[in-house]
Amino acid sequence: MSSSLSQDRSETVFADYKGEYTPDQAMVEANRCLFCTDAPCVKACPTHIEIPQFIRKIATGNVKGSARTIFDANILGMSCARVCPVEVLCVGDCVYNEMGVPPIQIGKLQRYATDHAFDAQWRFFEAGPDSGKSVALIGAGPASLAAAHELRRNGHRCTIFEKRPAVGGLNTTGVAPYKMKADRSVEEVQWVLGIGGIEVKTGVDVGASISFEELEKQYDAVFVGVGLGPDTILSVPGTDLPGVEGAVDWIEKMKLGRVPTEGAKSCVIVGGGNTALDCVREALGLGIAQVTMVYRGVEEKMSGYAHEWKAAQTQGARVEWQALPVAYEGNGKVERVVCQRLDTNKKPIAGSDFTVPADLVLVAIGQSKLGHLLSKLEGIEVSGGKVVTNDDGATGRRGWYAGGDCRNGGKEVVNAAAEGKAAARAIHAFLTGGV
Amino acid sequence: MPDLSIDCAGIKSPNPFWLASAPPANSGLQVQRAFDAGWGGAVWKTLGVPIQNVSSRFGGVTIRGVQGAGFNNIELITDRSLETNFREIYETKKKYPKNAVVVSLMVETREEWKDIIKRSVDAGADGLELNFGCPHGMCERGMGSAVGQEPRVNQEITSWAVEFSTVPVLVKLTPNVADIVPHGLAARRGGAHGVSLINTIKSIIGVDIDRFVPEPRVAGLSTNGGYCGAAVKPIALHMVAQLARSKDFGIPISGIGGVSNWRDAVEFILLGSTSVQVCTEVMLRGYRVVEDMIEGLGDYMTTHGFKSVAEMVGKAVPSYSEWGDLDLNYETVAKIDPSKCIGCHLCVTACHDGAHQCIHPQGSEPAVKLKLPVPNGGSHARVPLVDESECVGCNLCKIVCPVPDCISMVSVENGFQPSTWNEHVTEGAKLRPKKGAH
Ligand SMILES: Cc1cc2nc3c(=O)[nH]c(=O)nc-3n(C[C@H](O)[C@H](O)[C@H](O)COP(=O)(O)OP(=O)(O)OC[C@H]3O[C@@H](n4cnc5c(N)ncnc54)[C@H](O)[C@@H]3O)c2cc1C
Ligand SMILES: Cc1cc2nc3c(=O)[nH]c(=O)nc-3n(C[C@H](O)[C@H](O)[C@H](O)COP(=O)(O)O)c2cc1C
Ligand code: SF4
Ligand code: SF4
Ligand code: SF4
Repeated sequence: MSSSLSQDRSETVFADYKGEYTPDQAMVEANRCLFCTDAPCVKACPTHIEIPQFIRKIATGNVKGSARTIFDANILGMSCARVCPVEVLCVGDCVYNEMGVPPIQIGKLQRYATDHAFDAQWRFFEAGPDSGKSVALIGAGPASLAAAHELRRNGHRCTIFEKRPAVGGLNTTGVAPYKMKADRSVEEVQWVLGIGGIEVKTGVDVGASISFEELEKQYDAVFVGVGLGPDTILSVPGTDLPGVEGAVDWIEKMKLGRVPTEGAKSCVIVGGGNTALDCVREALGLGIAQVTMVYRGVEEKMSGYAHEWKAAQTQGARVEWQALPVAYEGNGKVERVVCQRLDTNKKPIAGSDFTVPADLVLVAIGQSKLGHLLSKLEGIEVSGGKVVTNDDGATGRRGWYAGGDCRNGGKEVVNAAAEGKAAARAIHAFLTGGV
Repeated sequence: MPDLSIDCAGIKSPNPFWLASAPPANSGLQVQRAFDAGWGGAVWKTLGVPIQNVSSRFGGVTIRGVQGAGFNNIELITDRSLETNFREIYETKKKYPKNAVVVSLMVETREEWKDIIKRSVDAGADGLELNFGCPHGMCERGMGSAVGQEPRVNQEITSWAVEFSTVPVLVKLTPNVADIVPHGLAARRGGAHGVSLINTIKSIIGVDIDRFVPEPRVAGLSTNGGYCGAAVKPIALHMVAQLARSKDFGIPISGIGGVSNWRDAVEFILLGSTSVQVCTEVMLRGYRVVEDMIEGLGDYMTTHGFKSVAEMVGKAVPSYSEWGDLDLNYETVAKIDPSKCIGCHLCVTACHDGAHQCIHPQGSEPAVKLKLPVPNGGSHARVPLVDESECVGCNLCKIVCPVPDCISMVSVENGFQPSTWNEHVTEGAKLRPKKGAH
């Protein structure tokens, strides 16, 4: 597998937005935690990390035990500590919020413990005795990685098929570099693979290079963790102009290599979700002076997190609410975006056209879904592009499981980790005959 | 993970962590939940003639915002019937054969001791603990600390118990005595296989200043209770070490008092405890605190090369010596790490008001007069300066500094040979000139 990332990546200019704790800071924060019972923070974490325990262990100086507690629940605890939207997950539910006291910085404490584990190269888990069974996992993103690790703990051999050269899925190619850079994600993949017995085959596009049926023949079970597909494109005149890009595609280029932003003075981001907000902050961070988000709805209704929008505004983001691009214009490359104002029913208001200058346009209106890849397989149901499964991740086809973005329609890394692990447990039960 | 199992006076358990005889070990279901959480053993809530308790029963001390830093209680021994207790002990032991179940007892007459011991052993107890320590209520009835404070009575009752018992007998000592050693020796003479200490310390936890009644308040009155929790650890450590280093003592110790985490447990073990018992931290935070204790101890043993808990027991006892044997010529001074200092000046005030007036703010009159060197790399002008010629190395500034490892006590070479007070008195050994005494 290829783990060699280019050194020359646009993303390397970004500093950590939240920063890391010094031991003193971690100690002060850890000692504030109340060690709640049946803690709401734990419930709010999709992987249900025993947060009070791992924090208490930091406070007693048992950092190794702290890391063990985290990884036992979530093997991707290191990246989650950096990329989780904790404001709407664990931290958002910390009981201190009820007191009007700043909540415990769970993500930063989690980062403290897990970074320690990476630095010290602590390993906590061993592969189970060989079960003689093997599982194919499609996609090397968080869902498959969490699933593979759990399967290895139970002794099943794993092969991960990844169509890209880079491993880690969107953790490597998508998350904002001020949260985590690609090299850290690749390091995490290596760390997870350290359990042994997981083969990763990159450059294999399952469905094209090898058929699904073929996989099914070769393996005892299949886990589908293919995530989402390419960016959705807004078909308006000028879409083909150089400088008009799909957001996720552009982010991947920025994270794995160079995007040409020198000389760019203005940028328009189309959309109001979290990818749009990431793009806004990334464009500003890369030195583009005027970054305008064009969103068809109102602020209260945007799907991007309020805390992210606040941060974007602090960085100087501009916004056009209730507006829609109707054309991209320019001479040989995009130079401006023509927009139209929408009313509260999202209907265009006649004569409301205005233009916003743009050397770069990033279209962040969603990603296509990949469920259709599987729809030809009898028994697998696809609804709204999502692979339909039961709670454990089992599809309607015997031996086929799914988890992560392709199942949930696009959530967070931590959801993919939780779903991957749950599916692995179900696969284990399936492979070992019930229970 | 190294082997954490222990054998304390013949009582074996998978790890040294036991619930102390108290509310967390009050009933079968509780003790079983504790074993599920990882506790190696439990000393059952003291059995005797069931009593009636008051309401309320507990008091807590808050020190600079930390609730329950100290804790006290005025509850008595079990208020549940002996039949119920023994049935649950039997069931618990049957379900958890590997965990230690020690039964704590407190009755009056020889006949009563004989009877209750037989029933305890029949129920499956791995050991007995004689509660000679309760400092409230029971002592007014001639039991508990009333026994523990009288070496003669202690020895006599211990010898009865040893006579009647077929399992090891621990004597639980009260700290409410001037010197613990004679009491430990009395238990030993009585034939005890080991001792546990400390029980709680006589205390009044606080006063309701609006009602003019001490706490905890029972209607319009209160009474003295037993003090325990994190705040009592130093007292307990001292008493454990006193016995551990006593040449005539030599039987195993179960250490109790203020154990809140694995570090506390390691300290008790290094000072001579084979098992450690916990009450207050479990009352405040639950059985689940044992997870960190087990992991932390195991990790400590790995990093320090201990293969068994037994190897650790008493490791720090030889270096617990008399004041007269300390080296008077050993000299330390305080050093401030300018890269860590946050400029709060707590050390300045502490040194000026509580020690020897030798830490000065930059630019202050003494700092200027003494031409104290300003450190390179100081992050700001508020890093204080230590006048090392006056610093007596007392440690106060380090204790008060809010930043860990910002102030360190560094030993300095002064050209004097080591010399203790005892050597000075007997051999006239030369002492360095005193600092800060003018
Ligand atoms: C721009 C962006 C920013 C994000 N930021 C955050 C964030 O800050 N925090 C957060 O928690 N979440 C964030 N997310 C969401 C998060 O990245 C995803 O929820 C998560 O990565 C989903 O994991 P997954 O394993 O299901 O899919 P993916 O991470 O998408 O991985 C799927 C993998 O499967 C591969 N694949 C697809 N089809 C095939 C095939 N046919 N054969 C072989 N391989 C295939 C893909 O190449 C990919 O590597 C972000 C998402 C985006 C788009
Ligand atoms: C509420 C309460 C009840 C207790 N009851 C008993 C008892 O019945 N028998 C006994 O030997 N000790 C009893 N103790 C003392 C504890 O077992 C223990 O010796 C003491 O609390 C010190 O340990 P700690 O600091 O961990 O709490 C009690 C302590 C408390 C707080
Ligand atoms: S809710 Fe907050 S205080 Fe309570 S355990 Fe979780 S982080 Fe700690
Ligand atoms: S802790 Fe439980 S028993 Fe005690 S006063 Fe509170 S509610 Fe009542
Ligand atoms: S107490 Fe510590 S942090 Fe505060 S001024 Fe003194 S050395 Fe600096």
